[in-house]
Amino acid sequence: MNPAGQTLFPADEAQLAEAVAAAVAGETPVAVAGGGTRSGLGRPVEAGALIDTRGMSGVLFYEPGELVLSARAGTPLSEIVAMLDAEGQELACEPMDFAALSGLDPAEASGTLGGMVAAGVAGSRRIRAGAVRDHVLGFRCVTGRAEPIKSGGRVMKNVTGYDLSKLVTASHGTLCVLTEVTVKVLPKPETQATLVLHGLDDAAAVAALTKASGTPHEGSSFAHLPEGTSPDGIARTAIRLEGPEVSVSARVADMIRDVAGSAETSTLDAGASATFWNDLRDGLPVVAGEGQVWRISVAPTAGPRVMTEVRAAGVPVLAHAYDWAGGLIWLRVEAAGGAHADAIRAAVAAAGGGHATLFRAADEVRRTVPVFQPQSPALAALTARVKHAFDPARVLNRGRMREDL
Amino acid sequence: MLTMPKPDEHAFARREELVARLREILPAASVIDSETERRAYDCDAFTMYRQLPLVVALPETVPQVAAVLKLAREMDVKVVPRGAGTSLSGGSMPLEDGILLSMMKFNRVLEIDWENRCAVVQPGVTNLGITKAVEHRGFYYAPDPSSQIACSIGGNVAENSGGVHCLKYGLTTNNLLGIEMVTMEGEVIRLGGKHLDPDGYDLMGVMTGSEGLLGVVTEVTVRILQKPQTARGLLIGFPSVEAGADTVGAIIGAGIIPGGLEMMDKPAILAAEDFCAPGYPRDAESLLICELDGTPSEVDALVDRVSAIARDKGATFLKVSETEEERLGFWAGRKNAFPAVGAIGPDYLCMDGTIPRGRLAEVLTGMQALAEKHGLRVANVFHAGDGNLHPLILYDANKPGDIEKAEEFGGDILKLCVEVGGVLTGEHGVGVEKRDLMGTMFDETDLKQQQRLKCAFDPTQRLNPGKVFPTLHRCAELGHMHVHRGQVPFPHLPRF
Repeated sequence: MNPAGQTLFPADEAQLAEAVAAAVAGETPVAVAGGGTRSGLGRPVEAGALIDTRGMSGVLFYEPGELVLSARAGTPLSEIVAMLDAEGQELACEPMDFAALSGLDPAEASGTLGGMVAAGVAGSRRIRAGAVRDHVLGFRCVTGRAEPIKSGGRVMKNVTGYDLSKLVTASHGTLCVLTEVTVKVLPKPETQATLVLHGLDDAAAVAALTKASGTPHEGSSFAHLPEGTSPDGIARTAIRLEGPEVSVSARVADMIRDVAGSAETSTLDAGASATFWNDLRDGLPVVAGEGQVWRISVAPTAGPRVMTEVRAAGVPVLAHAYDWAGGLIWLRVEAAGGAHADAIRAAVAAAGGGHATLFRAADEVRRTVPVFQPQSPALAALTARVKHAFDPARVLNRGRMREDL
Repeated sequence: MLTMPKPDEHAFARREELVARLREILPAASVIDSETERRAYDCDAFTMYRQLPLVVALPETVPQVAAVLKLAREMDVKVVPRGAGTSLSGGSMPLEDGILLSMMKFNRVLEIDWENRCAVVQPGVTNLGITKAVEHRGFYYAPDPSSQIACSIGGNVAENSGGVHCLKYGLTTNNLLGIEMVTMEGEVIRLGGKHLDPDGYDLMGVMTGSEGLLGVVTEVTVRILQKPQTARGLLIGFPSVEAGADTVGAIIGAGIIPGGLEMMDKPAILAAEDFCAPGYPRDAESLLICELDGTPSEVDALVDRVSAIARDKGATFLKVSETEEERLGFWAGRKNAFPAVGAIGPDYLCMDGTIPRGRLAEVLTGMQALAEKHGLRVANVFHAGDGNLHPLILYDANKPGDIEKAEEFGGDILKLCVEVGGVLTGEHGVGVEKRDLMGTMFDETDLKQQQRLKCAFDPTQRLNPGKVFPTLHRCAELGHMHVHRGQVPFPHLPRF
């Protein structure tokens, strides 16, 4: 048997397949990681060894005119972002950088492309530009059957066979180990600005964001930091506008006219705007400090109701913020053995449904509290069959998403 | 020629019993039994192949759908789900030994949630029907396949349908928030909702484009968008295909993502002009239709930039729409390209490969060589922004051997697409049409893994068999894992 904690660095798909085959043969589950920035996400994995994917690194091709980039899964995301930046392009879904949440130094720790896909956590622009899953065009991987497979391609439009790119995105390494990923990239907007409304309470803020997101002024992000979360203690409701300079300034004016009402307003220029949304992408206004962190996804207008229910249930809230026009809640609560999971999930259900993910908590808490939203029996059974189709011996990230997966 | 899986004799033998049991589940008018009436359902829009369905069922409620599927499972009978039947690849072609499950009685818009910018609809609602239901408040549903007046949203989910606005606004999969589906076990499962991210595995993403092989969609929640304030069109003619293709790359390379960016080659331009005279330049070798949308100031600035790029690339014809009527006129030729080519036909076969855009000129040249080899003509319309190519192969169904030649030519074109890094189908689906070409893109291991996913949803493979996969494997056989026992764990690997 392998000593626990052994780390394997496959250099290519063949070595990776060999490692997985050995895991199956030895009935030894393996943990899969890239930069390790997301290792606190999901349940603690039962594993006898770790597969570190960073040996499979390097960009395979990048064609800016075709809006496509393909790289080995272990390629640091920072390297890819820099390469895109040099051509005025970006990953439009704004993948979250987990370093800060995980207590790592963002300057030192870099997630990988594979990690980005495996976690599938997008930033503020998700509401307009789509999620990580919407930008994955194709991939290669080694399944839990130790077989290399491919799916998708390098073109924008492709319905040849099942869309496995969607399936592997946010599957947290429980179906296969990614070896190559091809993503759609997009031009960076020429500039951006953020309109800020001051002093609104949660309900008024989300009402303003609802209105703003229903206008044709093409806002790309809609967030609200309540007074307890905002740096200077004044609640801020933020609407980002991106595009050519001429259009951005006109649309800021249009937004003020149509949405601001009697609220005091200010505008963040391009630099301040970018910082604001990068911070929010990584949850910074909420996650800094002690306590457990939840990330809750609901219908946008349901956001404030969830918070009302959470407080009514007596959950000790430390900080919260809304993104996605109210549809995403970052929530930090005082640590507890049960992470207040029942009360928080009941609040989500009462507000019309959605899901709550325990984003940060101690290992022993994540081992016992369902990290991901519990599913109906039929869906849970289907999920288990899908896992079985890819990884029948449950050797890949065993227990990461659910105890039985 | 296409071969379908060997029909189940037991299904024919028990047809009367099946019909009687369906009548117990469904209202009288929802079971179509007579041959004459079944004949109306014998093909979809891929009309080359026809099969008379064993029986047609038109359920009206979700419990009825579940009951029909449970019955099919119990009697071991195949089921082909179908929306409006506009599939161009035979995805909803009936099976002679199977129930054709039409979802067209699910035709209601259930809810429009303006504040959350989504609509909850039944699967039989047409694609355009969604836009019609929301346009009075300035909203629309973005994916716009050319069959949008007829095709159903349930079918759009099954095929992951696209349209001319995909590059900027995405395909069906990018515009869905939730679905409700019934499995072959008769279980009702909800995936997603009005929130943005899926929880657990993204099975809604898997269902989208699964061609009716995994489950039957009974409800769909789609995102609705505010219509852009302004849209203007440009018609740009070039003396060569290369110049047109270069211009597409230059526009996108300059950071401009047009709402629509379409290209036509000379045969398609001439066919459109003969058909409806949209004012296309007859002397151009290639034509671009570029639509820019957004706020008025932004659109005006972009029109100038695109015009400059086009001139720089040697455009010989350039016209910018000044009115909404003129913009729609630019699209008239493109939107009528299929009937226009049909008019010079007499028949045509519509192909649907996607290629890396940069290889366009090469692919079109290769295609002309193939046209000469097969002795048939071809016209091309092209979703240039996203690389999706629709070669229209002209043939005469009344001429012996022409159908076979057209099919061979089409197969060669798709192989060429795959060779240059593209794929077999961009938006029409594999269905039966491209089923036997799957091996040019995927190896046996890839295909078996896809079929294992099917087994997770439909272990007895009763749902739409004979589509998508060239070889049917039994689920039990696919489940075996061949790993050598007794190996030393992790040999030969660098360790740290």
